[in-house]
Amino acid sequence: MKIAFTAKGSKWNSKIDPRFGRTEYLLVYDTESEEFKSYNNSDIENETHGAGPKTAKLIFDIGADVLITGNGPGENAAIALEKAGVEIFTGAENMKIKEALEAFDNKQLKIFKR
Amino acid sequence: MKIAIASGKGGTGKTTLATNLASYLSEEKQIILADLDVEEPNSGLFIRAEKIFQEDRYKMIPGWVENDCTYCGICQEVCNFNAIINLGTHILVYPELCHSCYACSELCPTAALPMQKQKMGVLKHYKKGNIDFVESRLDIGQEQAVPRIAQTLDYINSISDNKEIILLDSPPGTSCPVIEATKDADKVILVTEPTPFGLHDLGLAVETMQKMNKDFTVVLNRFGVGNADVEDYCKKNNIRIIAMIPDSRQVAELYSRGELVYDKVDSFKQSLDSIKHYILGK
Repeated sequence: MKIAFTAKGSKWNSKIDPRFGRTEYLLVYDTESEEFKSYNNSDIENETHGAGPKTAKLIFDIGADVLITGNGPGENAAIALEKAGVEIFTGAENMKIKEALEAFDNKQLKIFKR
Repeated sequence: MKIAIASGKGGTGKTTLATNLASYLSEEKQIILADLDVEEPNSGLFIRAEKIFQEDRYKMIPGWVENDCTYCGICQEVCNFNAIINLGTHILVYPELCHSCYACSELCPTAALPMQKQKMGVLKHYKKGNIDFVESRLDIGQEQAVPRIAQTLDYINSISDNKEIILLDSPPGTSCPVIEATKDADKVILVTEPTPFGLHDLGLAVETMQKMNKDFTVVLNRFGVGNADVEDYCKKNNIRIIAMIPDSRQVAELYSRGELVYDKVDSFKQSLDSIKHYILGK
């Protein structure tokens, strides 16, 4: 299973970026290979419109099964993520990535429904 | 001749000026007044006229034909607005992000994205004496003002015989809708007020008009409140102030009742007269 996090940096101890579409980084943890990858999403600031769909498309290309974020995606992104079959968990906005993963494992995050 | 009445800051008196000026000038001239503030048009509150034409207006967006699609992804690559994304087994189109450029539709190798009509608003044409009043309204939930403004300008060109004075009541701000509303204007009148907000947003509007190489002047409304910074700014930057409309409770009261002002407030009429001379080049 691949878990994607919206993040303010590229490290395990980086903080969660509460925003979805305009997140600075996406960090992806693969629970099978235990691999950890980061994707720099900062070019998104050049998009005046449609940041949500664009970042959702990146999540789809990465092949993430689960998204862990802060506030939750907006309507446009949520439609795409739903179509892509990504499960979304919110409420991790004040956590570091590793804390957010623990919270997810302990089922402490909120399931996001459109 | 096309005159755009724009501002920068909202609520400085664009509509008050546009409607009163239209009515005043119509005593001598044929006038077309267009309300291009399509997100909340309100000139119609002051120009009560007889409706002679109404038409729904549409924009074109791509509609996905699943059976014809090969998921090649060209549509997504050519879209500058992230309005279409390819999810491998599904193409998602976001109508509110689409700018109707046709690129995805035209470049689709299997013609799986034919353009389709979507209603985005209503155009209404009224007549009162020498005034043709055109109101353009965007439907609730529609996000793009620019195509509606462009269509309205096309309509105005279609009814104009190039002899009228065309007054364009523009949206506030300095973003795309304002560019669209002012880009074909021969002259732009920027309405502001003598306050720090008025000065700040006037500065942005001036920069915009300079970039567009527009012939523009300033009308200072509610003269007497605030301070002299707007006048100093205009003097320093060689910007002509063609009228200073005194602040007046009576104007506000008339406006709040949806009434025209110039036939009841003499100082307002004098300001309109200065503006008339500027427009007619006297």
